Amino acid sequence: MSIHSRQISRRSVLAGAAALGLTGTLAACGGSDDDSGESGGPVKLTYWSWAPNMEKVAAIWNKKNPDITVTVSKQASGAEILSKLITAKKAGNAPDLIQVEYQSLPTLVSNDVLADISKYAGDTKSDFSEGLWGMVTLGTDAVYAIPQDSGPLMFYYREDLFKKHGLSVPKTWTEFAETARAAKKAVPDAYLTTFSSNDPGLFAGLAQQAGGKWWTVDGSGKWTVGVDDAATKKVTEFWGGLVQEGVIDNQPMYTPPWNQALNKGTHLAWVSAVWAPGVLVSSAPETKGKWRMAPLPQWKAGDNVTGSWGGSSTGVSTDSKHAEAAAKFARWINTDPQALAALVKEVAIYPAATKGQSGDILTTPEFFSNQKDFYTTAAEIAATTAASAWGPNVQTTYTAFQDNFGKATKAKKETQFVSALGTMQAKTFDDMKKQGFEVAEA
Amino acid sequence: MTSVPLKGSDRIAAGPLADGTGTAPSVRPSRPRRRGRSAPYWFLVPTLALFAAFTVVPIGYSIWLSLHKVKVKGIGLGKGAREQVWNGFGNYTDVFQDSEFGHSVLRAFGYGLIVIPTMLGLALLFALMLDTPKARSAPLARLMIFLPYAVPGIIAALMWGFLYLPDVSPFYYLLDKFGLPQPDLFNGGNLYLSFANIAVWGGTGFNMIVIYTALRAIPRDIYEAARIDGASDLHIALKIKIPIVMPALVLTFFFSVIATLQVFTEPMALKPLTNNLQSTWSPLMAIYDSAFLKSDIYGASATTVVLALATFVLSFTLLRISDRYTGEDRA
Repeated sequence: MSIHSRQISRRSVLAGAAALGLTGTLAACGGSDDDSGESGGPVKLTYWSWAPNMEKVAAIWNKKNPDITVTVSKQASGAEILSKLITAKKAGNAPDLIQVEYQSLPTLVSNDVLADISKYAGDTKSDFSEGLWGMVTLGTDAVYAIPQDSGPLMFYYREDLFKKHGLSVPKTWTEFAETARAAKKAVPDAYLTTFSSNDPGLFAGLAQQAGGKWWTVDGSGKWTVGVDDAATKKVTEFWGGLVQEGVIDNQPMYTPPWNQALNKGTHLAWVSAVWAPGVLVSSAPETKGKWRMAPLPQWKAGDNVTGSWGGSSTGVSTDSKHAEAAAKFARWINTDPQALAALVKEVAIYPAATKGQSGDILTTPEFFSNQKDFYTTAAEIAATTAASAWGPNVQTTYTAFQDNFGKATKAKKETQFVSALGTMQAKTFDDMKKQGFEVAEA
Repeated sequence: MTSVPLKGSDRIAAGPLADGTGTAPSVRPSRPRRRGRSAPYWFLVPTLALFAAFTVVPIGYSIWLSLHKVKVKGIGLGKGAREQVWNGFGNYTDVFQDSEFGHSVLRAFGYGLIVIPTMLGLALLFALMLDTPKARSAPLARLMIFLPYAVPGIIAALMWGFLYLPDVSPFYYLLDKFGLPQPDLFNGGNLYLSFANIAVWGGTGFNMIVIYTALRAIPRDIYEAARIDGASDLHIALKIKIPIVMPALVLTFFFSVIATLQVFTEPMALKPLTNNLQSTWSPLMAIYDSAFLKSDIYGASATTVVLALATFVLSFTLLRISDRYTGEDRA
């Protein structure tokens, strides 16, 4: 027994040494601590991720690559993983691999948590749509992460109830407003949907569709904050108007009453992203097979553009002593057909890689068994995702959204919606200025 | 003068010179004495080391952080984009100029004005009732009143949160059935009552136990004497029991004030359920917001130091006041 294991370990030592031949050069150019001292066992990488079952995908890699072992460490998502990463970086022990939401990339790059992996990225750019790739490069020559999943916005509606009440599926936002009014008329205690002040990500996606550019940076390194630009103002006035009119609900999403509204059919539709089926399964289990997905309503008839809500990428930290091995894994997990299939099956994500969005990797969600072409339609919509522009203090903007739009939705006043947007802009701008960014208001 | 106790044998050996003047004629007796003197410090070392490592150093680091800030250079991306620089009292002036933090403190006071009198009043009432000789099945009642304290705060908050939501609450179902008005418990002033209710529900039992324990320590013959003098149970409670347990009441008041300033779990857990709760509702939420959402540990440290000092000053003042009050009472 002990002889056996020793033989095995010796074999893996040899394999590891071969792998270290690669990483050795990297360590030299990275100028970081040399790791030749621990030549021996395989390269060990830690991967911080919040997605469930990510370890199952990593297990496939570990089986195929005994020389590079990836261990998944489950983390919280959102702002919590961000502050944890920034703290870990300060202490010099950030994990090798990190799951990063797109809107958090600039914050992490600004805190020097994410390494530029452009030299290991090769031709992987061609695996992704231009809009997605632009998010991980931040418009520079660097590559800060490999896109993993995306969340193009779509319009979900109760097919049965729409038919029953003679409602039409809106193609433009004007039609959406009309449908909301018609729905209110048909079922007085129901709403078409709600405007949630707890979900800044959705609001950002809607602004993105309208052409909003919240952060831009010019060649000289000067930032421009345009949270209250004309496009976002248009979106704000639109939703504020409908809430004031009383045809759109003002309750936050992801609460027990919201689940009940979906389940009971007092919300007839939901503006959501491609991952909505997964939410509906648990929030509104009784409505299985009654929903249908359509493209997001457009601002101009004939347009074809959507925003995104959520989505994340895989980055390599500046603390990693094995950046090349880590980058190799990041490429594999997000572009390899077997990895993509596992991500879809185990982690239930919508892959960012173009080839992951077609073919037989994605099977129609069971909840949408009535819509056989769910993913074909989804891929068409995903291709129309507008480019988004994120800045280094998204969290400040998001908190300002929650606090101020919370008050506005409670008051149900369009004018308060607009002033809430103004406060969002002011807080974002002031915060960047305070941090020392060179910044201007749009 | 020597506070260090000497062993009997040492005393004999050292003779009259053992009183610390240090002019012992021979080295031999002074050696065990020196060892004896340093011994208490050796016993203190573990405590002091842990105290230093886990209290003094972190507090020092917080203060140090609170005097710095991050300065972004250029575009603010990549290596060397951020630099930690000295900020003097800049973060502190920000704290005092930040109306959101000021409001959060005011909200905490408003919340405390509801919680503290209600909770302590109920705790005292229950303790006195349990202490009367007529109380039946007192151990069971005591357990029932204490039980909510054993429920973790986050679970209590979530449970009450569900009960407050009109669409899922059984109370609202009943109100609806009987055609009674259905208040929005997350709106305006009701919000304070909703939080206060959770705190009172969870905290009364603990305070009741503290007061009750103090009541049990009162010698029974005092009551007997009072009864012979013709005092009723009510008289005994008001004139004897309450004055005697005053120190326990002061203690519970003290704990409650600190807990009020640190209210965090309830509003944090209920925030996702409503539009009406700001991310800076309570002082600790404001600190959490700047440290963990905005990643501004420098500003958060300054706010923490201010809050800690305020808590300290407030507690100290209250203690002094209560000391004077009880002191006069005794005289």
